[in-house]
Amino acid sequence: MEIAFVLEKFILVTIIFGISLVIAMYSTYAERKVAAFLQDRLGPDRAGPFGMFQPLADGLKMFMKEEIVPANSNKWLFMVGPGLAMLTACIGTAVIPWGTAIQIGERVIPLQVTDINVGILYIFGVVSLGVYGVMIGGWASNNKYSLLSAIRAASQNISYEIAMGLSIIALLLVSGTMSLKEIVEQQHGWHWNVIYQPIGFILFLICAFAETNRAPFDLPECETELIGGYHTEYSSMKLGFYLFAEYINMFVSSAVIATLYFGGYNYPGMDWVLQHTGTTIGPLIGTVVLFIKIFAFIFFFMWVRWTIPRFRYDQLMHLGWKVLIPLAIANVIVTGVVIAIVEKF
Amino acid sequence: MEPLTNKKKVLEQKPLTLAERMYLPAITKGLSITISHFFKKEATIRYPEVEREFSTNWRGMHSLKRDEEGRERCTACGLCALSCPAEAITMIAAERKPEEKHLYREEKYAAMYEINMLRCIFCGLCEEACPKEAIYLDGPIVPSDYLRKDFIYGKDKLVEAPLTVK
Repeated sequence: MEIAFVLEKFILVTIIFGISLVIAMYSTYAERKVAAFLQDRLGPDRAGPFGMFQPLADGLKMFMKEEIVPANSNKWLFMVGPGLAMLTACIGTAVIPWGTAIQIGERVIPLQVTDINVGILYIFGVVSLGVYGVMIGGWASNNKYSLLSAIRAASQNISYEIAMGLSIIALLLVSGTMSLKEIVEQQHGWHWNVIYQPIGFILFLICAFAETNRAPFDLPECETELIGGYHTEYSSMKLGFYLFAEYINMFVSSAVIATLYFGGYNYPGMDWVLQHTGTTIGPLIGTVVLFIKIFAFIFFFMWVRWTIPRFRYDQLMHLGWKVLIPLAIANVIVTGVVIAIVEKF
Repeated sequence: MEPLTNKKKVLEQKPLTLAERMYLPAITKGLSITISHFFKKEATIRYPEVEREFSTNWRGMHSLKRDEEGRERCTACGLCALSCPAEAITMIAAERKPEEKHLYREEKYAAMYEINMLRCIFCGLCEEACPKEAIYLDGPIVPSDYLRKDFIYGKDKLVEAPLTVK
């Protein structure tokens, strides 16, 4: 492996990691601002112009707070919980195609950290590992309520993973490949997968809400029900890691939805633009379009949070097992039948 | 059993229709309501750059008024202290000397006049009781401070500024 290859991958990983952290940081600011505007008030606007330095103030606050570790907790697991949550949130960004390949001089650099041919399966594996972070946090706190909340969170996560996987199977029937790069390449121009799989998209969206513990499925961490949920006993940077991991999860879920169903870096008229801007700037425009889609989905996540009341636990389970799984299976069957009929003619 | 009143409302609880059970139409309606609020004007007032206006009946800090010639109106009659429900006002009367005729209206005046702003409930009874129209509650909100003793306002803080020479 030549040194230039390692170097370009290293730089790409650093850039993507940095971008995801910065986006997660400003997601906290955007969340407060969007929530405020939806509630007829202004958000934070004292820390810097329009309150733009608020995330820095929040980060500084997190660092400066006293770190309290409960006496009878499991010290090792107490530290591992947030670390695992953050780890599984960040490594999800590795397989998303951020753009076609850019050409700098003679080198052609693909804008994707790794293009494994089981890309979707990798994403699902990482999402399943994310359950561990929550459960370890709840267990290690040595707190009945944290444990209850962690159990609820884990059961919610694994229930909705099934419906998510089944909705992806229908998508695999349509695209024929699990590699994310090829799925995006098939959605060239405006042939986005949402046109072929509308119900699959809605199912995936609902399951993404449940996987990121985001309203209306935010029972694990709502303040009114279980104080803080699984992160009650955490303070300072460990809490910061949990909260940050949730926002990074939101970012990665938006990126996956945009990639699988909304065409990733494709946009109508991209051929004309690529012809006229060359091979260094052209793919970057696709990346910008992808980020616009991701921001639109993040805004949608925040918009829904302040619109819909929270699901009760039994309503949540009923929805996940008795409504979404049959719908997803029906979606797979109908997709298969339609594909078989279309291939005949 | 006989109903006690004839005001009765029967609540209809029909089972949910298919459109209602899907949640999605209701969710879309809710989303449109929420997004309409995104574009409306906010109700927040940017204090301290912008302050809300007081109403016409506002009772703020006390001020001891002067008459048209610049003499203090207060004659230390004690009616305000008597009417104060929180016993916040104290005063010591004194006799006017001949050379002080331009300072005070009548022969009796208040040498020491103190209001304890922490005791005061801003009811305005002192303003209603004063026979000389000397005390009015038309000032701003009492500013905050650190020590209790700094809240006992004397004449230096209460008497309104001397009239400027025309």
